[in-house]
This record gives sequence, C-alpha cells and structure tokens, in this order.
Amino acid sequence: MANSDVNLVVQRGTVHAIVGENGAGKSTLMKTLYGMHRPDSGTVRIDGKAAVLTSPSDAIERGVGMVHQHFQLADNLTVLENVVLGSEPRKGVRLDFPEARRRILEISDRYGLDARPDVLVEELGVGERQRVEILKVLYRGARTLILDEPTAVLVPQEVDELFDALRELKSEGLAIIFISHKLDEVLKVADEITVIRRGSTVATVLPGEVTSRELAELMVGSELPTAETRESTVTDVAELTVSDLSLVDRTGRTLLDDVSFTIHRGEVLGIAGVEGNGQAELVESLMGMRHVSAGTVRLGEIDVTDWSTRRRREGGMAYIAEDRIRHGLLLESPLWENRMLGHQTVPPNSKGALLDIRGAKRDTERIVTDYDVRTPSIDVLASALSGGNQQKLIVGREMSGDPTMLIASHPTRGVDVGAQAAIWDLLRDARAKGLAVLLISADLDELIGLSDSIKVILRGRLVADADPATVTPEQLGSAMTGAEGAA
Amino acid sequence: MSGRFDLRRIALAVAAPVLAILFAMLVTSVVLIVSGNDPIVAYVTMFEQLGKPRIQVNILNSATTYYLSAVAVAVGFRMNLFNIGVDGQYRLAAMLAAAFAGTVTLPPVLHVGLTIVVAMMVGAFWAGIAGILRTTRGVSEVISTIMLNFIATGVVAYLLTPGRLAVTTQGSNNIGTAPIPPSGQVPGLSIIPGTTNLVFGLIILAIVIGIAYWFLMGRTRFGFDLRAAGASEPAAVASGVDVKRMIVYAMLLSGAVAGLVGMPQLLGSSYSYGLDFPTGLGFTGIAIALLGRNSPVGIAFAALLWSFLDNSSNSLEFEGVPKQAVLIMQGVIVLSVVIAYEIVRRYRIRIVARDVGRRLAAATSDKEVVA
Ligand SMILES: Nc1ncnc2c1ncn2[C@@H]1O[C@H](COP(=O)(O)OP(=O)(O)OP(=O)(O)O)[C@@H](O)[C@H]1O
Ligand SMILES: [Mg+2]
Repeated sequence: MANSDVNLVVQRGTVHAIVGENGAGKSTLMKTLYGMHRPDSGTVRIDGKAAVLTSPSDAIERGVGMVHQHFQLADNLTVLENVVLGSEPRKGVRLDFPEARRRILEISDRYGLDARPDVLVEELGVGERQRVEILKVLYRGARTLILDEPTAVLVPQEVDELFDALRELKSEGLAIIFISHKLDEVLKVADEITVIRRGSTVATVLPGEVTSRELAELMVGSELPTAETRESTVTDVAELTVSDLSLVDRTGRTLLDDVSFTIHRGEVLGIAGVEGNGQAELVESLMGMRHVSAGTVRLGEIDVTDWSTRRRREGGMAYIAEDRIRHGLLLESPLWENRMLGHQTVPPNSKGALLDIRGAKRDTERIVTDYDVRTPSIDVLASALSGGNQQKLIVGREMSGDPTMLIASHPTRGVDVGAQAAIWDLLRDARAKGLAVLLISADLDELIGLSDSIKVILRGRLVADADPATVTPEQLGSAMTGAEGAA
Repeated sequence: MSGRFDLRRIALAVAAPVLAILFAMLVTSVVLIVSGNDPIVAYVTMFEQLGKPRIQVNILNSATTYYLSAVAVAVGFRMNLFNIGVDGQYRLAAMLAAAFAGTVTLPPVLHVGLTIVVAMMVGAFWAGIAGILRTTRGVSEVISTIMLNFIATGVVAYLLTPGRLAVTTQGSNNIGTAPIPPSGQVPGLSIIPGTTNLVFGLIILAIVIGIAYWFLMGRTRFGFDLRAAGASEPAAVASGVDVKRMIVYAMLLSGAVAGLVGMPQLLGSSYSYGLDFPTGLGFTGIAIALLGRNSPVGIAFAALLWSFLDNSSNSLEFEGVPKQAVLIMQGVIVLSVVIAYEIVRRYRIRIVARDVGRRLAAATSDKEVVA
C-alpha cells in the first residue's frame, strides 16, 4: 500500500506543500488525486462535492491539473503543439491554431510564464519546460494545480519567478499543491505544509510555526544536513584539462565558446549557471556524446578529445546525467540491468564479451544497501521506484568501479534531505581519495558547500570565478545572470 | 511471495497471445456463421489434422522455415529496426547459394557448410545496404528494405534465366539453378512414425539459431548494447553504445539469419532454386515475430501455431468451408496480439509499482514489530 489514512485539505487561494522522504508516496498520492489510480478506500472532494476520478481526463474536467515529477512533453513538437495536445482547439473540424496561440500568450502574460509558442520543446532548458508544463495545465482551465517537485533543477532566480507566478495564481483563487525536498523553499511559499511518512499524513503545520530543521525531523527523523566541505584535498595533479573547447551546432549557433579549465585530483569544480547556458552541452562534450568543433580534452596526461563515450567511461570517467529518465535509466528493465548500463564492458558486469549476470546482481545488492535504495528486490523494473530512489541507484552505479573523474549534473536532484546528506558524504570521501568532480547543480548551497572552486557559465562562456569560501548564494545568483560586479 | 509474483509474470506473458487467439477464433466464427458455415465443424476438422503424421511433418517443416524468418525479423525489432526486407534477402540468398552449391564439387559436410555460409553472407550484404543507407543518409530502413525487396525480385529474375545461372529442367517448363549433388544435400529425419515423409534435417539449424539468438541477446555485451539501444536510444548513447554502428551490425545479423530462411527447403527438398521456390516467407516472419514477442521460445510457439493453421487449412475445403477463414484468423491474431501486448505492458508497469509499494510497506511494518 503506497498510501493509507491520508487526510489532506487544500483551501482555495492557498499553496499547500507536501513533504516527505523518497518513496513516502507523495507522487503516488498526487496521481490518485489526478485520477491515475483509484483509491481502495476514502473519498476525494472538490469544492465540497465528492468526486470519483477514474482518469486524468475526469480530473481535468473537474479543474484538477498536474505537472509530473518527470516531464511529459513531446520533444519534437513545438510549445504550442504541446500545450494544445489533447485539447485541440477546433473551428468546425479544422484546428484553430491562431485562437490557441492567442490564449497561450494571454495566459503566459498574465502569470509571467514567458512562453515562446513556436520553439521546439527539445530546444528548451528545464526551467522553460517547467513553465510550459504549467501553461499546459492552465490552458485546460485547471483550478487546482498539482506540482510534483517543480523546483528540483531550477536555479534560485527561476524558483523566484515560479513563485511569483504561483502567488499570482493563488490570488486568483486557485488551489496549489506543491511537492519539494527543498525545505527552505517550502517554508517560503507554502501557506500550509503536510508531512507524509510511509504513505500516511503525519502532520499538517503552518510555515510560521516550524523551522526547516524541525520539518526535516518530522519527515525523516534525522537532522538537516549541511553541504560543508571540510579540509581541502586538492592535489596538483591535473585529472581533467579542458582547453579552448568550442561547440557550434548545425545551424551555426555557438553553444560553447572557448571553454578552458583544469580539475585536479581531489578537487570539485562547480559550474554555476542558469539552466540552458551550455551546461548540458559541456557535459555531453566531455562525455564524448557530442563532437566538439575546436579545443582539446585531456584526461590525466592523455588527449581524449577523439575518444568515444565508451572509451572515456572505461578510462575512468563516470557520468550522472541531468535527466535520469532520458539518459540514465532503462525504465522497463530490472534494477540489475540498470546497474550494468554504462558499465556493461567492465567487471563486475561482464567478463570479456560475456555478461556476468551474477556479478552484476551481487553488485546491485551492494548499491541498494549502501545507497539506501528503497526497493523490495533488484528484479523490479526501474519504473517502479520513486524518483529519488532511482537517483540513488544511479549515483551508486556511477560511483562504483572507482572512477577517477566524475561528471555530475544535479547529483542530488529529487532526493530527500537524508539521502542528500549521505550522497554528499560519499562524494567527499571519494574526493579525499583523489576523485576529481565536475559538479553542476541548481542548488547553490550544494554547489558552494561541495566545490573547491566555482566557475560561472553564461551563454556558453565561462565568465567569472568565485571562491566558495567567501561567495554567498546571492552573489553567485547575480553573477549567473550576468550582473556586473558580482563574485 | 516472490513465487506468486513469478507465476503472475508468466501469466502476464501468456495472457496476451492467448487472448488474441481466442479473440481471433471469435471473429472468425462470426464470419463463418454469417457466411453460412458451421465454425464448430471447421475447428474440429482443423484439429483432426493434428493427428495425421503427414500433416505433422508438414507442420514441423514449415515451422522450421518460419522460425528462421521470424528470428531474422526479431533481431531488428529488438533495436526498433523494422527489417521488412527479410523476404528479398532470403530469396536472393537462396538463389545465389543454390547456384553455388549446384556448381561446386566439395566433400559432403563442407559442401553444405559453405552453401550455408554463402547464403548468410548474401543475406547480410543485402540487409547491410539498408543499414548503411540508414546510418549515412538517414534513409528509413522500412523504405529501403521494401525497395530492396523489389530489386531482389528483379535480380533473381534476371539471373534465373538459362545461360546465366539457370538450367531448364527436363520434362517440365520449370527452370531453376543446376541441381545440388548429394554431397550438398541435407538428409531428412524420420522422427515422425507412420509416414514416409521426412522432417527437414535443418530443423536442427533452426534450434541452434534459436539458442544462439537467446545467448547473444541475453548473455553477451553485444546483446545488451543492442537491447539498450532498442529500449532507449539516448540512454544507450550515454552508456557508451555507438548506436550507428549497432544499427549496421543489427541489420547485418538480421540479414545473415534471413539468408538461412530458404536453406531447409533448398538443401532438404527442392535441391534447386526454381521459379516455384516459396516466396513471401519474410512477411510471415514479421507476423510470427510480433506474435512471439521477439522471444526465442515465444517465436517457436508462434511458428508452430502459424504452421498448423497453414497446413490444416486445406482440409477445410473438403468440408466446404473456404480456407480463407484461416487467413482471417491469422490476420486478427496479429492485429489483436499487438494491442494486447501493449495493454499488458502498461498493466505490468503499474502492477510492479504497486507490488513494490506493498512489499516496502510490509517490510517497514515488520521491522517496527521487531523493534
Ligand atoms: N498504485 C500503487 N499502489 C501501491 N503502491 C504504489 C502504486 N504506484 C506506485 N507505488 C509505490 O509507491 C512507492 C512510493 O512512490 P512515490 O513515487 O509516490 O514516492 P515519492 O514520495 O514521490 O518519492 P520521491 O521523493 O522519491 O519522488 C513506490 O515504491 C512505488 O513503487
Ligand atoms: Mg515523487
């Protein structure tokens, strides 16, 4: 039973936050409210009337809209097409796109969502995708908005913009349910907070009454972690040397412009930037998934610029991808096959050309234990795990086999405060043993706390350096948007 | 608990094809009743055929061919490649292999072995063209393999004329490649008692290919890469799979197996590629791969079923039932099984998630009792 004894009352014109550890049943509960599962018992009331929701379209009809933890947009369609998909505007039998565009722009203006109707979704960064998802829900006339971890990869400015939009929606009488693992945010935006533990609601509190520390205790029964790196372990041995890296796409747009940096063994280099400024391209270039237009990448002493992704991985590079669903998992495969993914050519997953299934399974058991992946067995499909538990599995997989270089995009995306602390500890331990890390994170506390040095990326260029010992999240935030005089 | 779960997994795997077959029988029955025939009589007649040794041999023989064809298709399906060209690949391969085997003189085992190698190479080459076109020019393999089927037909017709690769058979107006001498023939097996008809010796080849296919997909790195690329291309790329190269390999492999499709018939019965050599087996393979869901065992059952339907349909004529009823049944089976598999797939994702939730909840409450 993912949920039992859930009591939740959400008032119109309020933001109601739901918090709870990974796998507590937050997403499952929301899917029930959205008509994707039917409750075994209990009722859902909307505007005081009992509602039996048997499908998302029932929910939409009653004004309930949901933005999922993992985006559901179709990459190869435009924003406009994505928004109208499923509720196509009609004029007779023809699709009425001008009308749809007008409404989209109207909604977008009203809530400051900055929509660009004709851009392909695949060209959008996470922040903008997020806004398109919200737009889509509003377009269908939602009066109750469910947002499942909408801020997981947003940088502070984007979070603020999102919150502004939420306040606007709230003032128009919408009810908003908001799930997040970032407790400071929750305290900032919520009017009421409900804590879920093992599928049941354990408390509902007001943000003025609790601190984030107390909230964390309610959730997991443990202390709130801090991302402090203690003593420096930076050596003077270069592990990754990137020189004058440039990347130009097929249309001639410059995605990366003359990027150079060095990461030493035992060093964590943080890259700060608003999503969509070249971070994804940088990471994919470093992993050999994109062919760079100019520049070199050296791993230790060796020039790996022309190496394939596989060779780089075998050479000691590990990779935590920003989008775990797209790049990190085979959703319909069991956990132990997902353990092999990306490491299928090395022990314990294979011996020569043959897979070592027993070895892989044994090592998956180890990861599940060490990284506290909540699962009853390693034979279940990856899709059955909660988002945070999927992430823990990926982190565990990438940290195994003693990599020398870790490329980590949002490594703690969607994991709860307890697991986040554990992952930070593991990263620090590995760093002390000489692991070099390139860290990209929207969580500026994480970035400042873990990094030995920070570079700011803006429109594909590294524009500034920041010292994590002295910089504040606010200073970093303004440097990321290109404001002068920061950092 | 895990035992029950496994049972359910098997039930889920079997549910879709069984439902599809039942549904197809239902539709066929309705059609038969509407056209004034008795469906019971039709089914009883067909099932009676199963008891006849001669029919049993025929079922095994066609199933052997179908199995090879379906595995060829399934290799592509496993990474989302739709090799519609198995048909052209096996016809071209069988024709060239027949011409080869009819010309050379070699000791017995080597003769058969080399003929098979030639067939696999021709099949791989023909399919490889589609793979190269896809990776270098971005041409969909669906389009290119259809085109290659037409071209194969043309090439076969061109080469299969007297003076080129064909000879005229005495006492008939059939033409075909020079007959394969006994050293290049594969003797049949008399494993079915009560008939002088023999089962293709190359049924062994089909079994070997089935095992090899299972091993390659499930136990090798190559198979893992191939399945990963089929399951999620971006994830495969991030894991270090060179997807373009895999596309070419998968097409080559699919074509090589396709090259084998004509071998049981050629080396076990007709000994020459003539105008009457069976055609269209590649399309049957697509249907069977879908029905067998690309699994080596599933395809075996599907091939046997298909073969049973084909070989028992003639008996319907004696009862005055049009044998096209079987075609309707086959068509409905394929259409409904595709839908049924998709429904079961979604159901399975849900049920596994729910099961995980239940078992996790049970595990934590157990701990609390202990603590
Ligand atoms: N219909 C269902 N019935 C019972 N359990 C389910 C059902 N669907 C999913 N589950 C299980 O419920 C558990 C909770 O998952 P859920 O995704 O709700 O967690 P979450 O609180 O959103 O965690 P995260 O913070 O990691 O996203 C999972 O183990 C999942 O397998
Ligand atoms: Mg969730």
